[in-house]
Amino acid sequence: MTPSFAPGDQVKVRAADVTTHCRTPHYLRGKRGVVARVFGAFPNPEQLAYHRPGVPYQPLYQIEFDFREVWGRAEANTVITADIYQHWLERDA
Amino acid sequence: MTRAVHDLGGQPAGPLDLVEHDRTFFDQRVDAMMRLLAHPEQGHYTVDAMRRAIESLPRDEYDGLGYYERWARAIRQLVVEKGLLSEDELNRKLAVLAREP
Repeated sequence: MTPSFAPGDQVKVRAADVTTHCRTPHYLRGKRGVVARVFGAFPNPEQLAYHRPGVPYQPLYQIEFDFREVWGRAEANTVITADIYQHWLERDA
Repeated sequence: MTRAVHDLGGQPAGPLDLVEHDRTFFDQRVDAMMRLLAHPEQGHYTVDAMRRAIESLPRDEYDGLGYYERWARAIRQLVVEKGLLSEDELNRKLAVLAREP
């Protein structure tokens, strides 16, 4: 699967409520960030976790979040970064 | 939104225990079993399945068990899921071990 996002793109993490395995932290759901890096595509861990092959592979991104966006208060010189798979991201125009 | 038992980012957690400690023999055996069973080429399941099994523990067990005890519980679940051992076989062996001094 080709990456939908490029470094610098503004994205928003889906605020999905899941009870199955996923690697998107609860505290980042619904938060806005910026794509910092594109790592490539990897088997989808949400399928691997249930003995399935993980296709289609999902592009993985390093996303940077402003501290205030995540925790609601300012913190000097602090950026939060997290690795988020593409199917958890939507474009934030 | 549902928060899984392991997903603690931003939650109050008290001070961190930063004291170094050695792995016990139990810890080492569980670690070795997990690495063999989850080996990328010869393994029977992925590290993702391992994580899912650990995260599926009921909250009281997740909070009450030690790190490698959680791993042992996950290994037990996954070897049954993958048909490597049956519940019956595991229970019979555990009964034998329980009788040993």
